[in-house]
Amino acid sequence: MKPLNMIRSCTASLPFENIDTDRIIPARFLTTTERAGLGRYAFNDWRYHEDGTDNPDFPLNQADAQGCRILVAGHNFGCGSSREHAPWALLDYGIEAVISSGIADIFRSNALKNGLVTIVIDESEHRALLADPGIELVIDIAEGSISKPDGSAIRFELDRFARHCLLNGVDQLGFLLDADADISAWESRRAANPYSMEKAA
Amino acid sequence: MSPRTIIDKIWDAHQVRAESSDTPGILYVDLHLIHEVTTPQAFSELRSRGLKVRCPERVLATLDHSTPTLPADAEGRRPYVTAEARHQVDQLEANCQEFGIELNGWSSEHRGIVHVIGPELGATQPGMTIVCGDSHTATHGAFGALAFGIGTTEVGHVLATQCLLQRKPKSMAIHVEGKLRPGVSAKDLILHIIGRIGVGGGTGHVIEYGGPAIEALSMEERMTVCNMSIEAGARAGLIAPDQVTFDWLQGRPRTPRGADWERAVAAWRTLASDAGARYDNEVHVDASAIGPTISYGTHPGMVTPIAAAIPAARDAQEAKALAYMQFDGGQALTGQKVDVVFVGSCTNSRLSDLRDAAAVMRGRQVADGVRVLIVPGSVLIKREAEAEGLDEIFRAAGAEWREAGCSMCIGMNGDIAQPGQLVVSTSNRNFEGRQGPGVRTVLASPRVAAVAAIAGVITDPDAFQERAA
Repeated sequence: MKPLNMIRSCTASLPFENIDTDRIIPARFLTTTERAGLGRYAFNDWRYHEDGTDNPDFPLNQADAQGCRILVAGHNFGCGSSREHAPWALLDYGIEAVISSGIADIFRSNALKNGLVTIVIDESEHRALLADPGIELVIDIAEGSISKPDGSAIRFELDRFARHCLLNGVDQLGFLLDADADISAWESRRAANPYSMEKAA
Repeated sequence: MSPRTIIDKIWDAHQVRAESSDTPGILYVDLHLIHEVTTPQAFSELRSRGLKVRCPERVLATLDHSTPTLPADAEGRRPYVTAEARHQVDQLEANCQEFGIELNGWSSEHRGIVHVIGPELGATQPGMTIVCGDSHTATHGAFGALAFGIGTTEVGHVLATQCLLQRKPKSMAIHVEGKLRPGVSAKDLILHIIGRIGVGGGTGHVIEYGGPAIEALSMEERMTVCNMSIEAGARAGLIAPDQVTFDWLQGRPRTPRGADWERAVAAWRTLASDAGARYDNEVHVDASAIGPTISYGTHPGMVTPIAAAIPAARDAQEAKALAYMQFDGGQALTGQKVDVVFVGSCTNSRLSDLRDAAAVMRGRQVADGVRVLIVPGSVLIKREAEAEGLDEIFRAAGAEWREAGCSMCIGMNGDIAQPGQLVVSTSNRNFEGRQGPGVRTVLASPRVAAVAAIAGVITDPDAFQERAA
C-alpha cells in the first residue's frame, strides 16, 4: 500500500441510502481469482443499460463527475456482503475516498486495508456535500479535515491505527507477523487450558 | 471482576494483545472457514510472500458459492456457469492441497454451504472465535460463538497468523419476551427485528439475542436468527449456549469425546452473560405480537406483516425501492403474482426448513407458471431429506430438487431469475439485482415460500391453511 496523506479532487454524489455491495459490484463478477481490473464492473447494473451502453441517468456517468476521485454517498454505504471486491472495484474505477454519514463495518475495514479512505461526517455536513456535487475538496488525512472551496473545513475522526497505516503505507500483515512470539505464547497457554474464559491479555 | 457479557468473555479469552488508542488488539481465531470466492487472492498473497498457513488444522474449506446445483453428467462433468467459475473451484482445491487444508470437496458428504457444514461437523462450538470471508458468518453465533465476516485481506491475515487486528465492538442486547405463535418462525422473528432496528441499526455492534422466546428456539431456528444479524448491520449476533446447544452438538464428528466433552460443557455453561452485565444498547421485542412477516422493498429492513398493506413510501429512498419492486403503497402484498420460489441459503436450507416447506407442498401442485427451486444446505441434509422422502414430495409437486450450495441466494452459479420476475425467497437479501439483474426479491420463511409456490400468489399462510382445513 502506498503512503497517502492528501486527496484533492472534485466530488461525485450518489444521494441514495444503503448502497449495498451487490450494487457496488454484482455477485456474478466475483468468480475472478484476481483483484485487478474490477473497475469496469463498478456499479455495473446501475452504470450500464442491459445492452452494455452507458446509462446517462447514473450520476457517475454525468460529465461533471468524470475524473472525480471523492465519492459522497448516502447513509450506510457498503452494507451487505463482505466482498473485498467492492473496494477493489472502486479503487480501480478511480475512487480514492468515500464520504458518508454512515459506512458499513466490513466495507470500511476492507476499504482502509486497501488505501480507500472512508470518512464519516455528521448528517448536516453530509447533506450539504451530497447536494453540491462537483465542488473541489481537499482531504487531509493527518489533520482529519476536509477543506471546502469557501475556506471552511469539516473535521472527521479516523481510527488512529488506520490513519497511521494510510499515512505510512503500513502493511498490517507485517504488523501481525511481528507479533509471532505473543501469538505462540497465547497458543501454549490455550493448549494447557483449552476452554478457559479468563482474560488472556 | 465486574459482570461480563458473553461477548466480553469470549473477547477477553482470545486477546493475544490488548488494544490501545494507537493500535487495535490482536484477537486469536479458533476456526477459520473458507470457500472458493473470497480466498484465491489471499492464497496468492501468501505465496508471493513465501508464507505458510500457520494452523491448517484450524481451517475448514468447502465449495458452495460458484458450484452448480445441477448434478454432473455421465462423464462426471459439472455444469459450471462459466469457465471462470470452474477455475475458481479448481483453484481452491489446488490451494487446499498446497497448504495442507482439509477440503470438504465434491466427494465429501459434508460439502455444502459453509455456515451449514461448520455446525453439522461440530466444528462450530461455544466460546469460539470463528471467522470466514462471508458476511453471514454470524450464523455460528447460534452456538454461543463470536463469529463474524471478514474481507479477503483479513483472510490472508488469519491464514498466515491465525489472528486479526480488531477493536472491540459495542454490544447490543435484544430481549425477545413472550412466545412465538404457532406457525410463526424464526425467520419471521428476525425479519421483524431487522424492521425494528433498521439495516444500519446494529452497525459497530455485536448483538446478543436472549429472553424466553429465544431460549425456546431449536438450534436450526437460532441459526436463522443469528444468520441475519449482518442485515441489521451488526458485526455478529450470538445466543448463550444451553442444554439445547449441548444436546445438538454431542456426538458430532469434531466435538470432544468422553471426559473432554464433560470438561467442555462445564466450561461452556459459564459463558452466559453475568447478571448485571452492561450493554451499550438494549432492545425489547414481544414475540407474541409477531405474525408471518415478509419484505416488500429492496433491503431487509423494509418488512411488513404478510396480511398488512404495503406501507406508503415515507421518503424518496422508499419510493425508489417501491418503484423497483413495482409495488404501490397501500396495495395488498397478498395476491401479488409470484414467478419463482427459492427455498435454500445459509438462512433456511436445513432439514427443519425443508420439512416446513414439504408440510405445505405434500400432495399439492405448484401453481402454473411458477418455478420452484429447493436447494439443501449440504450433501448430508440432502441425503437426510431423501431418506424421509421429502425429495419425492417436492418433485411430485413440480419443484426442482437440487444439489447443495448457495444457489439463488447470491446467483453466482447461474441459478438466477429473469428481469422483472418476482421471487419469494427464503434467503437473506432482497437487494436490487441480488438474484439476477432486475429481479424482485421478497424475503420470507420456508412456510410462506411454499404457500406462495402452491397458490401462485403471495398468500397469508394462516388463511391458506384455514381454506385447506
